[in-house]
Amino acid sequence: MTESTDTRTLRTQGTKKPARDGGIRESAVSRTVAMAVMIVATLYFLTPLWWLLVASTKTRSDFTTTNPLWFADFALFDNVAALVTYRDGVFLQWLANSALYAGVGALLATLFAAMAGYAIAKYTFRGRETLFNVILGGVLVPATALALPLFLLFSQAGATNTIWAVLLPSLVSPFGVYLSRIYAAASVPDEIIEAARIDGAGEVRTFFTVATRLMAPALVTIFLFQFVAIWNNFFLPLIMLRDESLFPVTLGLYVWNTQVSQIPDIRALVVIGSLLSIIPLIVTFLALQRFWQSGLANGGLK
Amino acid sequence: MARDTAVKASNAVSHKKALAVFLIPFGSLFVLFYVVPILYAIYQSLLTVEREGTFGPAVQVFGGLTQYIAVFQNEPFWASIGRVLLFGVVQVPVMLGVALLLALLLDSPLVRGTKFFRLAFFAPYAVPSVIAAIMWGFLYSPNLSPFTAVTSSVNFLSAELVLWSIANVVTWVYVGYNMLIIYSALLSIPQEIYEAARLDGAGQFRIAFSIKIPLVVPALVLTGIFSIIGTLQLLAEPQVFQSFSNAVTSTFTPNLTIYSTASVPNISLAAAMSVVLALATFVLSFTVLKLTQRRTAS
Repeated sequence: MTESTDTRTLRTQGTKKPARDGGIRESAVSRTVAMAVMIVATLYFLTPLWWLLVASTKTRSDFTTTNPLWFADFALFDNVAALVTYRDGVFLQWLANSALYAGVGALLATLFAAMAGYAIAKYTFRGRETLFNVILGGVLVPATALALPLFLLFSQAGATNTIWAVLLPSLVSPFGVYLSRIYAAASVPDEIIEAARIDGAGEVRTFFTVATRLMAPALVTIFLFQFVAIWNNFFLPLIMLRDESLFPVTLGLYVWNTQVSQIPDIRALVVIGSLLSIIPLIVTFLALQRFWQSGLANGGLK
Repeated sequence: MARDTAVKASNAVSHKKALAVFLIPFGSLFVLFYVVPILYAIYQSLLTVEREGTFGPAVQVFGGLTQYIAVFQNEPFWASIGRVLLFGVVQVPVMLGVALLLALLLDSPLVRGTKFFRLAFFAPYAVPSVIAAIMWGFLYSPNLSPFTAVTSSVNFLSAELVLWSIANVVTWVYVGYNMLIIYSALLSIPQEIYEAARLDGAGQFRIAFSIKIPLVVPALVLTGIFSIIGTLQLLAEPQVFQSFSNAVTSTFTPNLTIYSTASVPNISLAAAMSVVLALATFVLSFTVLKLTQRRTAS
């Protein structure tokens, strides 16, 4: 499974596109049709986001009475102010909670997965393949399937409705181990580990100073996808948390959305809150795209 | 010579220590939060509640397969499984087909501005399912939608259509993600393979069908399996849509059924449902894996 990844050479982003002569032969019709498909797809993907952005800038009365896809009176900052002051700024608390769960959770999950994947790739020990296969089986167990059993366990320990109930289960990323193993096998040469040994560096130190640097694209990829998985996680907090001050932003907005029929004014807060809750993710993805795209290209497949 | 063996021996010892450092953090968390919950769910699913008389205290006793019999007789649960299977049979091929088409177009010389398109298609993946569902819920609702011309004649939130309206939300979020995985696989195809085809006068369509698609089958299998798992686990989108449409019941998908059963509370029945659902997911994704492996091998 991994061997072919080790040996094959990979093209990097940017040095792409078949040679130019192949392009010239394509007819103008194919080009036009292809571009038309791309533009229709772009409209499909971006229109809802555009609508959300426009809707967030509107006053409550303009929201239903003006063109939904174009700006009216610009009330974005009033809306933001209304959102962050509503009920003593509970929304900011939710954003902070999401940042804590996703940030700390993804960071530690990446570290643990990287260590385990590296060990499986670079050391021979008894039960190595069995261990890897069990972890691979874990990839096929979806997080939602674990939510109820986790709730039962945490309630046995009296630990539901705490930060730990959401944070601890997020520290496990079987997919991260899988990705780390493939990437470590392909990108950390045995000679470098040997050289570090001869220099007298300990195994653990070699991992932290040498291997993590070589595995960086994979580590960023694992971090990002785990970050998104935790940020988007809904079932686990829904089951675990009762106390509003512990909610992540997704659960908070969900609860507000269920109250729209009783409190119509809250709809404007749901809209602006939705916009603010996706901006951190989009910014993170854009800022780190160089890393995760090459991480996906090199190890995310096969 | 003697010195050599000494070094080796001490290395072996330190490797063992290093291995422990590397494997214990992940290993213990994996056991605690993956393996133990699964075992505990199985244990819980074998219990049943007994009461002494009508008002006596409830006592959990071993009930064997009682809960599993109850699961198999539970019509809403099977109806919800049938619903997500129908959903998956339509939505997964459509989503992966669109993702494949867009990835092929991005990889072809027909399109300019690939970097922009790549990010535009991927952007919805950064939107949490809950938020995506809230957003589309607004877009579908007749009085808020920007597309009143459409929503006034078609009720996307009706009992007949709401499943497909949810399918659209899921497709919108995940097409870009799947496209990126397929596109990465396309990028790793060595250029030389195309040279021969081009010398033979093959056009882009021919190259796509005869070379590119067969070579990205592993990526399609991977995305297919993750999509099947995601479909059987549908929860956030229908849960949100309950606020927009009465047609989304509390047993709309298997996970909603489990959630509502657990809040009754009928924990043991819900645990048994979880076990059945997890097994069904595993069997289905494993079957797809084996079937596609056999086909690509022959």
